[in-house]
Amino acid sequence: MNKSLIMSLVLVATLAACSSKAPKEAPAKVDDMSMNQSGAAGAGDSAASTSGTSTSGMEVNPLKDPNNILSKRSVYFDYDKDDVKAEYRPMIEAHAKYLLANPSAKVVLQGNTDERGSREYNLSLGQRRAVAVKNVMNLLGVQDKQIETVSFGEEKANTSMQDESAYKQDRRTDIVYEGE
Amino acid sequence: MIKIRSFLSVIFILLLPVTSQAALDIEIVGGAAQQIPIAIVPFSTTANAPGAGQDNISTIIGADLRRSGLFRVLETRGVANQPHDLPEIKYPEWVALQAQALTVGKVEALPGNRLKVSFRLVDVLKQNQLAGLEYNIAPNQLRATAHRIADIIYEKLTGEPGVFATRISYITRVGKRYALQVADADGYAPQTVVSSNEPIISPSWSPDGTKLAYVSFEKKKPIIFVQSLVSGQRYALANFKGNNSAPSWSPDGKRLAIVLTHSANSQVYTINADGTGLQQVTRSSAIDTEPVWSPDGGSIYFTSNRGGAPQIYRIPATGGDAKRVTFEGTYNVSPRISPDGKALAYIRQEQGRFRVTIQDLATGQVQILSDTAQDESPSFAPNGRMILYATNAGGKGALAAVSSDGRVKQRLSETGGDVREPAWGPAAN
Repeated sequence: MNKSLIMSLVLVATLAACSSKAPKEAPAKVDDMSMNQSGAAGAGDSAASTSGTSTSGMEVNPLKDPNNILSKRSVYFDYDKDDVKAEYRPMIEAHAKYLLANPSAKVVLQGNTDERGSREYNLSLGQRRAVAVKNVMNLLGVQDKQIETVSFGEEKANTSMQDESAYKQDRRTDIVYEGE
Repeated sequence: MIKIRSFLSVIFILLLPVTSQAALDIEIVGGAAQQIPIAIVPFSTTANAPGAGQDNISTIIGADLRRSGLFRVLETRGVANQPHDLPEIKYPEWVALQAQALTVGKVEALPGNRLKVSFRLVDVLKQNQLAGLEYNIAPNQLRATAHRIADIIYEKLTGEPGVFATRISYITRVGKRYALQVADADGYAPQTVVSSNEPIISPSWSPDGTKLAYVSFEKKKPIIFVQSLVSGQRYALANFKGNNSAPSWSPDGKRLAIVLTHSANSQVYTINADGTGLQQVTRSSAIDTEPVWSPDGGSIYFTSNRGGAPQIYRIPATGGDAKRVTFEGTYNVSPRISPDGKALAYIRQEQGRFRVTIQDLATGQVQILSDTAQDESPSFAPNGRMILYATNAGGKGALAAVSSDGRVKQRLSETGGDVREPAWGPAAN
């Protein structure tokens, strides 16, 4: 009756659809991104958009385009671990490049854990997972002023199912852009 | 940092006393090997004094003693002798019932809507009085008085202080609504201290029982609040960049140990109760969290994964070298020190089961206490005898308790919603 899934969906509304398709990754992602970056840069001359910093309002927002790797937002972790697996590097790199190309864009990295164990330890573990993704972005040149890390620990975990298939979905860091 | 001392008036506080209604039903599983047989004669009540039937003070006393697992409360209805004061006791009838102790008493109406409650506790074999007291109370203090009488009986017969007149706090979640509740130790008279649509975790009682520190996600990130249970007023104790969590009061009530991340790992700090005087205690590149103070205030026990997996460590409260305390197992979290400082309770994960575990700090001897599987948040009763904790029952968060020797087990079930994050309040004065 009180599924935190619902809350997660509300909070990260745009992510939910993506994360359910998480395993599918388009190979042409880097190309997609550069295309969208030039598209974003062209926003100013394509008429009515408000001058200046906004990259939103595009007809195809690269962050929301399901064919763009930037629409992938979740980094998944092993149990009680906070090391970023190699398979998520291209996706994090794509977001890092987007942030470098869009200095006014900001992300919140939201760390999460599965529901087992201590709530406070999980809060700290979720923070480690958020910081782990931040560290990858920092190494790629993204400044801290564009990144905020928060942890929800196990508080947003899906408690309706209690098995590994549910747990592994909960052990993740979500990349959420400001204003989403 | 700027906001630390800003006092907020809490507009969503709800104080809803519910009398004579339990939020938690407590079921006892098992008991001590040797239970003390005690007879409690229903207290007489004068015509205009309340408290008959289920509210009879003797019923509450009996339920308290039975729940402790240390007493066998005898059926008294078959006994002809129904005394309410010393001269009326016919000892041979109570010897025949094999009672070791007998409690008698009465409730009388006084002028001005007051009640006089008097009781006697006697040793049946020695035929002498162990305790006898009178209380002049308002009618709404009847339950509290019953708990105090049960505490006196418990202490006279076991040699340890009772904890029936104490309170517990816990978090409920019903639908999307989280509420921090405070109730009597028997689950009656629950009151909502604060409620929110975002999670609330880690309530911690001030040593004098007048305040709760807790972590609220209401601003979309964990912030530590301190709230008065007397006025309902609260303030943000710690609202630094990053996470603010895991508050724990020092034994003298002047400082709290807390956990801050700023923009990196969780580390343990201490801070004055008014939000000034922040000091860093741990300095590691690992997770350091869940600080709790030793009863003498000199040390802080905490969880750290600095060795690769979470274990419990001890460090001087002013900082310094941390010493590892738990060595068995690969996941030991949520340390709590017994009130006498001699035992450490924590949660151990083994083969996917998270269970309440106790460790003798002098000998290092370890005993797994609970037979549940998803245990969290252990909390000692003020007399150290029971450990209240959160677990999972039928897919829902539920509370349970186990005695520190593992013999007595209780399940506390709530109707509707999840219950979690229990914290047992301090001893009543």
